[in-house]
Amino acid sequence: MNKKILFIGTSLIIIVTFIAAVTIFQTNQTKNPSVDNLNKVERANAPTKGPFNAKVTIVEFFDPACETCSVFYPLVNDLIKKYPGKVKVMMRYAPLHQGSDQVVKILEAAHLQGQFWPAVDILFKEQPRWTRHHVAEPQSALRLLTNLPLDRELFMRDLNSDNINNTISQDVMDGKMLKVRATPQFFVNGKPLINFGYKQLTQLVEEAIDEVY
Amino acid sequence: MKDIVATNTMHKGWLLLFLVWILATIGTLASLFFSEIMKLPVCSLCWYQRIAMYPLVVILPIALFPFDAKVTRYAGVLVLVGWLIALFHVLLVAGYIPKSAQPCIQGIPCSETHINILGLINMPIMSLFTFSLMGLLLFLVKKPESL
Repeated sequence: MNKKILFIGTSLIIIVTFIAAVTIFQTNQTKNPSVDNLNKVERANAPTKGPFNAKVTIVEFFDPACETCSVFYPLVNDLIKKYPGKVKVMMRYAPLHQGSDQVVKILEAAHLQGQFWPAVDILFKEQPRWTRHHVAEPQSALRLLTNLPLDRELFMRDLNSDNINNTISQDVMDGKMLKVRATPQFFVNGKPLINFGYKQLTQLVEEAIDEVY
Repeated sequence: MKDIVATNTMHKGWLLLFLVWILATIGTLASLFFSEIMKLPVCSLCWYQRIAMYPLVVILPIALFPFDAKVTRYAGVLVLVGWLIALFHVLLVAGYIPKSAQPCIQGIPCSETHINILGLINMPIMSLFTFSLMGLLLFLVKKPESL
């Protein structure tokens, strides 16, 4: 047999097989958000924004020290406004950066006093002021939140309470089960965002709206 | 007659080298499928094995057209390096090398594997198998007369 034909033919077979495998894998993944995972995506009492009766829930696993998360934050807020009454956002902790485990505790302690959203607003906006080379500095983060109307004593007590530790371990554990290995990771009504990007996220939200409204 | 033997033996060597190329290409694409499509994290040991595997996809065809028997030297080095790292990785996963000895990025431990078929076949085992087979075939390329 002609060597060149053999070589080119084999290359083509390998490439076609690869493309087929990729296509099959991706269609399967978007079709079946496994039902087991659905209960792990959402957590009662997690910080949520948007109308409580909205039927589309975007769950975002985030790390306050993650740059892409801070870039996506206004975009996700826009999605709530873009589809009024239909979309809400739930934030769950995925402290992947060094030092972030302390910062998410700060956020959760603020959440217990109803100040999660103002706190996360500030932390995302001022991210360069409390992160150095992707390492979070919890003390600097804490200083930025001094203007929030927080009961300081209660806040400091909460910071190291079992309650907060359990909440965060729950998020970290669910994140592991859901294979959250990078932030932000989005789920829309339980379906994971496979191809990352704002356009793709909007598309996933629109699909969910079409499904339930 | 001599000429026919010469082309025949060269043909065997060529086919063996072609097989090595197929193995390297499938290994490359499979590893990319795991990391880029299935989004499995890649630990540093896996990266070192990739570094030894990926160039073969490009340099082996150069040795195929026209056939270059010296390929065993330059491809062999890569296969040997990849094989040694794969062996280290297998021993690490099997627990023969203590965990502290592993050069790993936090959050992606090399001592864990994602895929486990029959409790025996995992990623580093597949890698070691592939590198071993490629090494054996390359060795045979060098000695076509022994076939």
